[in-house]
Amino acid sequence: MRWPGTILREAGILSMNQRNADYIMLNNKRRLYPLVDDKLKTKELAQQAGIAVPELYGVVKTEHAIGDLEDLLGEHRSFVVKPAHGSGGNGILVITDRRQSRYVKASGSMMSADDLNHHISNILSGMFSLGGMPDHAMVEYCVQFDPIFEDVAFQGVPDIRTIVFRGVPVASMVRLPTRASDGKANLHQGAVGAGIDMATGLTQSGVCQNARVTTHPDTGAPLAGISIPGWDKLLLLAARCYDLAALGYLGVDVVLDREHGPLVLELNARPGLSIQLANRRGLLPALKAIERMKTIPTSADERVALGLDLLVRHAPS
Amino acid sequence: MLRNLPVWIIAALLMAAGAAMCAYKVRALGLPLLPSTDTAVWTVEARAAFRARGGPVKATLLIPKQPPGFEHLDEHYISNGFGVTQEASGLNRAALWAVRRANGTQAVYYRLTVYETDTDNPTHQDPFPGYPRVPDYGESTQAAVNALLNEVRSESADIATFARALIARMNREGANPSVDSLRTGGDSPGAWAQWLVDVLAGARIPARVIWGLPLVDGTRDATLVPYIEVHNEQRWIPMSPETGKVGLPDDFLVWRIGNDPLLAVDGGAQPDVRFSVTRSQRQIVSIARDRARQHGSLVLDYSLFSLPVQTQNVYRVLLTVPLGAFLVVLLRNVVGVKTFGTFMPILIALAFRETKLIWGIVLFTLIVALGLGLRFALERLKLLLVPRLASVLIIVILLMLLVSLVSHHLGMDRGLSIALFPMVILAMTIERMSLVWEEHGAWEAILQGGGSLLVAAAGFLVMSNPLLTHLVFVFPELLLVLLGACLILGRYTGYRLSEFWRFRAVLAGKDQ
Repeated sequence: MRWPGTILREAGILSMNQRNADYIMLNNKRRLYPLVDDKLKTKELAQQAGIAVPELYGVVKTEHAIGDLEDLLGEHRSFVVKPAHGSGGNGILVITDRRQSRYVKASGSMMSADDLNHHISNILSGMFSLGGMPDHAMVEYCVQFDPIFEDVAFQGVPDIRTIVFRGVPVASMVRLPTRASDGKANLHQGAVGAGIDMATGLTQSGVCQNARVTTHPDTGAPLAGISIPGWDKLLLLAARCYDLAALGYLGVDVVLDREHGPLVLELNARPGLSIQLANRRGLLPALKAIERMKTIPTSADERVALGLDLLVRHAPS
Repeated sequence: MLRNLPVWIIAALLMAAGAAMCAYKVRALGLPLLPSTDTAVWTVEARAAFRARGGPVKATLLIPKQPPGFEHLDEHYISNGFGVTQEASGLNRAALWAVRRANGTQAVYYRLTVYETDTDNPTHQDPFPGYPRVPDYGESTQAAVNALLNEVRSESADIATFARALIARMNREGANPSVDSLRTGGDSPGAWAQWLVDVLAGARIPARVIWGLPLVDGTRDATLVPYIEVHNEQRWIPMSPETGKVGLPDDFLVWRIGNDPLLAVDGGAQPDVRFSVTRSQRQIVSIARDRARQHGSLVLDYSLFSLPVQTQNVYRVLLTVPLGAFLVVLLRNVVGVKTFGTFMPILIALAFRETKLIWGIVLFTLIVALGLGLRFALERLKLLLVPRLASVLIIVILLMLLVSLVSHHLGMDRGLSIALFPMVILAMTIERMSLVWEEHGAWEAILQGGGSLLVAAAGFLVMSNPLLTHLVFVFPELLLVLLGACLILGRYTGYRLSEFWRFRAVLAGKDQ
């Protein structure tokens, strides 16, 4: 029996302490955090840079404005409510349809207007926000996800998380909601993460609750072998997001919309570690290789190429 | 590793400074590293009384200089209307009381506090006094002394054994009648001791009478007891004038050396000195403080001991908080325990100080479980955040009251100590736990709640450990060591123990 730490180190697994101390603290300037912590700001920046994002229907800033929700929604039947400063997917509510004055949640259960208003009120009071500060509620387009993931997602919106280190994409996974995650695509809430082969854009088997899985726990469909359309474009999009906020260690969440193609959902300055389990591959070799480089190409194309090249060269034996 | 260098340097400096300061206090000031090392402290009060004639009075009381086996802690001169000075008087010290006019019986007091030191075979350190002149005993006595000296000389090897044998022989009725005649040399213990010294001088052995006080707790109206000391050209050897036994008796405080009068009064008569003795146990800590004050050391002037006792007691608790904080660092960053709030468990652990561990855990679990149940009921009412938090707080306090009342009626007084729980912390814990419960499921909520309780319990054990609390209170500079360790852990990038479980899939794949 060998010391587990040695085995993990050899596998190149990035630890929570090392992620915080060596990557987030050294590469992510604190003053840039508001750019990604405030999803309204991120959206604004992305739009200025010509990066596609889900359309913003409106922002609820005061308790009083909750009453005007109907006006704000207009004809939109489906929408998403989320806290502008939310963390870890908390407080995100996906409404797929409206029936009279009631709302249908992603899980299919119904919700009264009162329930929805209370949820928004909680968002405003800062219940889901970093540090519990009062917040704004964003109401935006509910992504009509590309049917490509239909078999391997239980309701909700699957998204594609890419770790971008100093502008170079180093790992990706697709995050698939489960019954346990209540339509949310966050792994710690029970969603499935399936690894993606960076070179081909083909999904691999994945991880759920830190255990390896080959099929979706709710649908039973195999996770591996799904080819993600426009993978090259998607990687480029992720690499370009580095230019938005200049955060060295960045998680980019992209959704594939049926009509609009890849949309950047949000950026994350503290992306989690489970992507290593989903890909069955540690992040450290690629991160260290990039750290050793004196210069990193300025164009996003070259950075994507660099990332793919590094991953081949540092492939685990 | 180069980028961690500043951290290592700063941490090393902090730790070295803390350790050095601590070492100084242990070695130079004698502060104990272990808690509650008590030592016996004796308070001796000499009451010097005399009858004044109405004119100016000067009373001189001999007082101890450096009694072997004891160390001075404190001394006080107490008198009514007298001026007091202290001066050297040969091998002793003298306290001088003077007054312009006094009449009738007067009493002045000298109070000395000493504690026992751990020296083996304590003895006086003053130098060799030279060989004494052979006294003129008178013809008949001279013959007896010579006979005795010859008899003893044949049974001894050196000065110590000679003196010892001589004293033993003098105290024994023997076969030689001429020696026996010498045994009538003294009619009081003091005179007997002086007679022994005179006989020893016949063999040119330097000896002297010393006077001391047997320390017995509760003694009143005691007087000094004579003892003799013989010098063997290297050191003074105390001997019993009755048996010749070498060494001072236990708890024997040497008050004066020689036969100078204990109390001399100019302008008065009937000098009389009586002693009373009390014994107390004191912690070495407080002794070291008093001693440092006598030596004029600044370190303890600026220590916690200079604060009022009430403030000291506050710091006794506060100084354990860094211990708890360090434990949280270890448990969160090295072990990977999940808790509600970073230092919430420490505040709970502080509350455990009053309730003790088992009751603390029971009461905490009880309040949180009840509060959580009511919090879920509140959820249906759709309250805004701040009013809801306030409601939970009020519910928590009502629950605390209820538990106190019920436990009091059941005769379980421990339940009353629930009032010391930090209720705001409890309310926040309930709120956060209910959110985690809703969003991440009951398992995660119980996991984090259990983790918090575990850390709180461990924190309590650390923060109430007698050795650790003693160390941080007596040596607050050890917090610098703790700070250095925190800095180092602040750059710990290794795996948490919990990550071995999290990444078990990786381990299972590789470890075959």
